[in-house]
Amino acid sequence: MSIDLGVRRGRLGESVARPDGIPKVRGQIAFSSDMFAEGMLWGHVVRSPHPAARIRAIDVSGALKIPGVRAVLTFDDVPGRKTYGLDYPDQPVFAWDCVRYMGEAVAAVAADHPETARRAAAAVVVDYVPTEPLTDSTIAEDAEPVHPLGNVLHRQKVRSGDPDATGVAVVEGYYETGMQDQAPLGPESGLAVPAEDGGIDLYIATQWLHIDQEQMAACLALPLDKVRVHLAGVGGSFGAREDLSMHIQICLLALRTGRPVKISYSREESFLGHVHRHPAKMWYRHHADAEGRLVKLEAKIILDGGAYQSSSMAVVMNAACMSPGPYRMPNAVVEAVAVRTNNPPCGAMRGFGAVQTCFAHEAQMDKLADALGMDRVEIRLRNALKAGDALITGQVLTGATPVAEVLRTCTAAPMLAGDPAALAELELPGGAGRTAERGRVRRGVGYGLAIKNLMYGGGFDDYSTARCRLEDGVATITCACAEVGQGFVTLAQQITREVLGVDNVVLNPAATVGIGSAGSTSASRQTWMSGGAVQAACLAVRERALALVSARHGIAPEGLEIVDGRIVSFDGEVDVAVAEAALGEVLEETVDYHHAPTEELDADGQGNAFVSFAYSAHRAVVDVDVDLGLVRVVDITTSQDVGRVLNPVQLVGQIEGGTAQGLGLAVMEEIVLDHGVVRNPSFTDYIIPTTLDMPPVHIAALIEEPEPGSPMGAKGAGEPPMISSVAAVVAAIRMATGLELNRAPVRPQDIALAGTGLSGGSMTSPNDVEVSK
Amino acid sequence: MGELIDYTLRVNGREHDVAEAWLGESLLYVLRERLGLPGSKNACEQGECGSCSVLMDGELVCSCLVLAAGAVGAEIVTIEGLTPGDDELSDIQTAFLAEGGVQCGFCTPGFVVSVHDLLEHNPNPTELEVREAVSGNLCRCTGYGRILAAVQAVQQARQG
Repeated sequence: MSIDLGVRRGRLGESVARPDGIPKVRGQIAFSSDMFAEGMLWGHVVRSPHPAARIRAIDVSGALKIPGVRAVLTFDDVPGRKTYGLDYPDQPVFAWDCVRYMGEAVAAVAADHPETARRAAAAVVVDYVPTEPLTDSTIAEDAEPVHPLGNVLHRQKVRSGDPDATGVAVVEGYYETGMQDQAPLGPESGLAVPAEDGGIDLYIATQWLHIDQEQMAACLALPLDKVRVHLAGVGGSFGAREDLSMHIQICLLALRTGRPVKISYSREESFLGHVHRHPAKMWYRHHADAEGRLVKLEAKIILDGGAYQSSSMAVVMNAACMSPGPYRMPNAVVEAVAVRTNNPPCGAMRGFGAVQTCFAHEAQMDKLADALGMDRVEIRLRNALKAGDALITGQVLTGATPVAEVLRTCTAAPMLAGDPAALAELELPGGAGRTAERGRVRRGVGYGLAIKNLMYGGGFDDYSTARCRLEDGVATITCACAEVGQGFVTLAQQITREVLGVDNVVLNPAATVGIGSAGSTSASRQTWMSGGAVQAACLAVRERALALVSARHGIAPEGLEIVDGRIVSFDGEVDVAVAEAALGEVLEETVDYHHAPTEELDADGQGNAFVSFAYSAHRAVVDVDVDLGLVRVVDITTSQDVGRVLNPVQLVGQIEGGTAQGLGLAVMEEIVLDHGVVRNPSFTDYIIPTTLDMPPVHIAALIEEPEPGSPMGAKGAGEPPMISSVAAVVAAIRMATGLELNRAPVRPQDIALAGTGLSGGSMTSPNDVEVSK
Repeated sequence: MGELIDYTLRVNGREHDVAEAWLGESLLYVLRERLGLPGSKNACEQGECGSCSVLMDGELVCSCLVLAAGAVGAEIVTIEGLTPGDDELSDIQTAFLAEGGVQCGFCTPGFVVSVHDLLEHNPNPTELEVREAVSGNLCRCTGYGRILAAVQAVQQARQG
């Protein structure tokens, strides 16, 4: 297909159009839910309606009698390990003796028609004895264990400097963030196809193909090479697809029936069937001197991990280490812990760990400024980290650290919110509801400043593998990096063109077959890691091409360069098309790219655990109807530390999209739990921002200070916008209302019923918080 | 599963026979799973997200909320019907791509149908009218900035 978009088939730094864009706008790309195979069956998973229950018996006989039902499987049918997990296999493929959260898988069925499968699932009789669920994260540590492995999923203390240091100004606060859902538009779906060799091919939307394959193989009792995972079109991820969803169950159904099986979750099942953002309860105490310089942070952060481990370890590490925010903090006594409860499991979501703590540290910075009578921006600038400073983990910052610059540029930009008196009805808080009284609308402005560690750290050997094959001037790239919408496919082509000077770059589908792991599409890591791997593979091919030309022409390879698809010598004597360089030989190189090694943190949370950091600032302007508690965000401005802009339009897309998810957490998004029961598993009741909620995002500055060690100088850009935006929006609502508002999302009752005791939720600090020194 | 029925749907100008279908199937399901037209997407299946938007007798509807057997006799147009031949894109599709309105792409077909419908009825909407018209289409990736830019680009181009 040749459609000219008037966009150059360009190199790094250009707004190159996505190579998957044409099938996407035509509705022709095959998302995981679009998969089809002749003779396929439909699967459905039976899930627990209880947050906690013992299982006395499971009777599948009624389901099996329904015409069209081909298989009903339970824990007895799992041939290998009965449990799985991203970091630790503590979650049953199918529950056997008990269920630990609402939505836990108990059985799975396959039938000729999806409605038959749903009815068969409903006909599976599970004899539950409901038990009292543990749902309060603050008492979980000492409560009856929810799991044989206990209720502490991970703990990280960070102690630095003098624990007894004090400042003249002391501010204290208690903060909460709710359980946010990633809510990718594409529901979990997959197609499993049994293969003649006894193995299985799974087409699925995921963030990390090879880690899925490992977990699946152990439970399916198959060797790795018989479990082939192929990336289907991914309808967004944001962390929701880091853990397995149906992977093992659908493969078991396909292997049992000998037929392809498709599963596509409903939205309700999607809400119940993937992990969420950890709700946090955070107690903070800051000490500062009279000039506003930070002296000490004491913090205790409790993260609700729900029933299973998932990625709680990384979330705890991020929360503990990023707890002060992007500020110099000479002394710290911090403890973060993730606990097990009977709430839905929590794991990865964009900005994991740092979103929660940013909400707390930014509220504290405002409090501190007010206590000292200082300007809120000025106090941040006074403490902003710069290169050469150390984190509370002792790690000295050696990369680009333009913290002050992102804040200065963001706050100096003009405010573009219109005069409130001139707003259309639809633009008032409450929007189409037209309920706000103009005279009762108050405007507020708030700031947020964020730090996020990039990529995997803590001693983990993080790498990505890519292959470049150059044949007749066509470069073919193979990499298992999961394209989830972020635009890696565009970037891979840009990098290849940049290095090899060819126009025609083909990307092979991502799969576990024939290529090593690319690691996870998470933690803002793929531009650096898989981008780095593609660049390294292309450079290796380039070197061989130059060597061949060099040998033929008797000129040193150092004297050659690639210009516009031609290999030329500096003196002009040699001029050979890249396509001709190898004289028909295929040049192919495969490279594992590793980032710089990191260290595990010690018992005091000290160590060089991270590779790199990115910073962002947001300024939000909100209008609030103080009587009805309705909020409208009318202006958002941001600046971000990006290292280098590789594709402007894709970068803007990350910043706008991340900001929208932050706005969501600030004012509307929360999974509502009632004793462990999810009350709003639908897009009717779990609200995400629409075009009427989202103001234009003004990007005041993209700070381009190339990051040392980054293969192209760029920093991952996906997470920061989600982090500082939450803090900024809630700070603006505080200013508009004068209320403390220590909880995100801010609900209408938190404003309208503030001080009445009727707003519900936990708005006060527990008295018994102890930070162990 | 109860009665299975046969009927004919008129989609994108063509008659499509549907044989032995369960009466409870939605139009979205039949389009996607029986007629080989998976461009309309299944994101919420309760009319909240607009990913399954199609035109039914010229009206914008969520095909997940329409009973397929109840759509007999209606003229149905899907994203596939709004897409020109193999080597072309509509101006709306081109703008979504060029302006960066596509990330994961799951909401894109629904948005394209919605924007098509808007501009058919109101060729020159204000920004607020655009926001209201597409507020029934959820996007989780873009924050809507590039999508609104795409709509604006189409408007400007159409006005020459």
